[in-house]
Amino acid sequence: MIGDCSDPAALEGAAWMLCYLTTPKHMNFYWSFLTVLGLLAVTVPFIMAFGLAGAFAKRARLAPVRWLGALYTTMVRGVPDIVFFLFVPIALDQGIEYLRHRVLCPDMVGPVWVGNDFVVCPAAKAPLSTASAFVHDLYGFALAVVAYAIVFGAFAANVIDGALRAVPKGQVEAAEAVGMSPGQIRRRIVLPQMWVYALPGLSNLWMILVKATPLLFLLGIEDIVYWARELGGMKTQAFDYPHPDWRLWYFGALMIFYLLLTWVSQIGFERLTARASRGMAGAR
Amino acid sequence: MWKTIEAAGIAAILAATAGAAAAQTVRMGTEGAYPPYNFINDKGEIDGFEREMGDEACKRAGLDCVWVKNDWDSIIPNLVSGNYDTIIAGMSITDERDEVIDFTDPYIPPSPSAYVALAGQDVDLSGGVIAAQTSTIQAGHIAETGATLVEFATPDETIAAVRNGEADAVLADKDYLEPIVNESGGELVFVGGDVPLGGGIGMGLRESDGELRAKFNAVIAEMKADGTLNAMLAKWFTENTPKW
Repeated sequence: MIGDCSDPAALEGAAWMLCYLTTPKHMNFYWSFLTVLGLLAVTVPFIMAFGLAGAFAKRARLAPVRWLGALYTTMVRGVPDIVFFLFVPIALDQGIEYLRHRVLCPDMVGPVWVGNDFVVCPAAKAPLSTASAFVHDLYGFALAVVAYAIVFGAFAANVIDGALRAVPKGQVEAAEAVGMSPGQIRRRIVLPQMWVYALPGLSNLWMILVKATPLLFLLGIEDIVYWARELGGMKTQAFDYPHPDWRLWYFGALMIFYLLLTWVSQIGFERLTARASRGMAGAR
Repeated sequence: MWKTIEAAGIAAILAATAGAAAAQTVRMGTEGAYPPYNFINDKGEIDGFEREMGDEACKRAGLDCVWVKNDWDSIIPNLVSGNYDTIIAGMSITDERDEVIDFTDPYIPPSPSAYVALAGQDVDLSGGVIAAQTSTIQAGHIAETGATLVEFATPDETIAAVRNGEADAVLADKDYLEPIVNESGGELVFVGGDVPLGGGIGMGLRESDGELRAKFNAVIAEMKADGTLNAMLAKWFTENTPKW
């Protein structure tokens, strides 16, 4: 029963508040909660893939692969997250545009870097200038997913590496004794048992990931913190709904959201741990 | 008779090709946090003086313009790396910025900056704590006066800093401060005199984009001449705002 919001200046009290909280701008704010949850849902499989790949690379028999794994985890874990979040999307974006420029505009021989400017032909822009705002958002979102996957994958690789080492030697020896191949041992014995040891570390990582989502705004994606700051700021008569500085309320709402999210995740991780421990000797 | 038909035909073809050329898409980068220059209105759209002025300029130049939001801190780096094609965000023309990017002719004449503080307080403008937005001409000016500069990412936070006592005063464009002071119910007042800063506000463009710059310069000159810009300035700013 949303009333008539066409003349905000005439409204008062609850009616004003109801209209205020349902402006299209607020809808963007509510939508951004889904963006954050969507990012988490999309990124986690990539983080696990990077983590597993990194962990197995670190334990590979081939020395160069091992070095690559060690280089990845050491380098990414040693550089501040924020530097990577700034570096990876820009490097990826310019890399993609440079390649497209070379392929799509072979007649343009001029340099791509002109002084301060990075100039590619219009057809090589990613996404194209003519693309809709939605495509631009999606592109930014994809770059963000890659950045998060690279950074958090390195931490996950270390956690998984440690968990793989923690699987009792006797289990592997027994599997060898019954004639399983290395691949079979990995699939049937090591990976299923590894989770019990990996879950505490991964749950830590998940909490940090949840709290790292406000970094999204660095990548040009309007996340909940951006909208809270924008909506909460003092508004003059230039706006339909002028109000004083309300950031405290907006940030308070965010606090509740993050607490709820981490609380629900904790319950989820407890269930996962219980499931992974089924039938394991010594586990709780 | 034939002459007229011929001429009409040529005119039609010219108009059609002009229409095709108009398909060039220009991405306009703005901050969206600096009313009344540019802000996000309650519909969630970019609004303000620069939105109206930019849309009119694009229409006259036959450009297809799209608006893009970017925070102030990274607004120049993201222009030169090609995320958008213009900066239209209340950016004053300065020599320092001109080394990195190019500017069109100003569309807002040089207008004063001013200090605002809480009413009834004795503020030391050359020795106190003064707030300003990061990377603005006002921040540069405070650094030269000997006052302690505290920088904030958004204009709104500089005002909040004065209200909660974190800073003694804020230095910003007077056109931005005036509505805030007027609506504060006497809580905030202007202190000291006006401070003339900057060489007017222009659109920022990549240095390699000379063609686009020429297009916008032509349109800005036209809008100055026919009074459109003055009408827009009068609509969005106060009567004290300098006009063309």
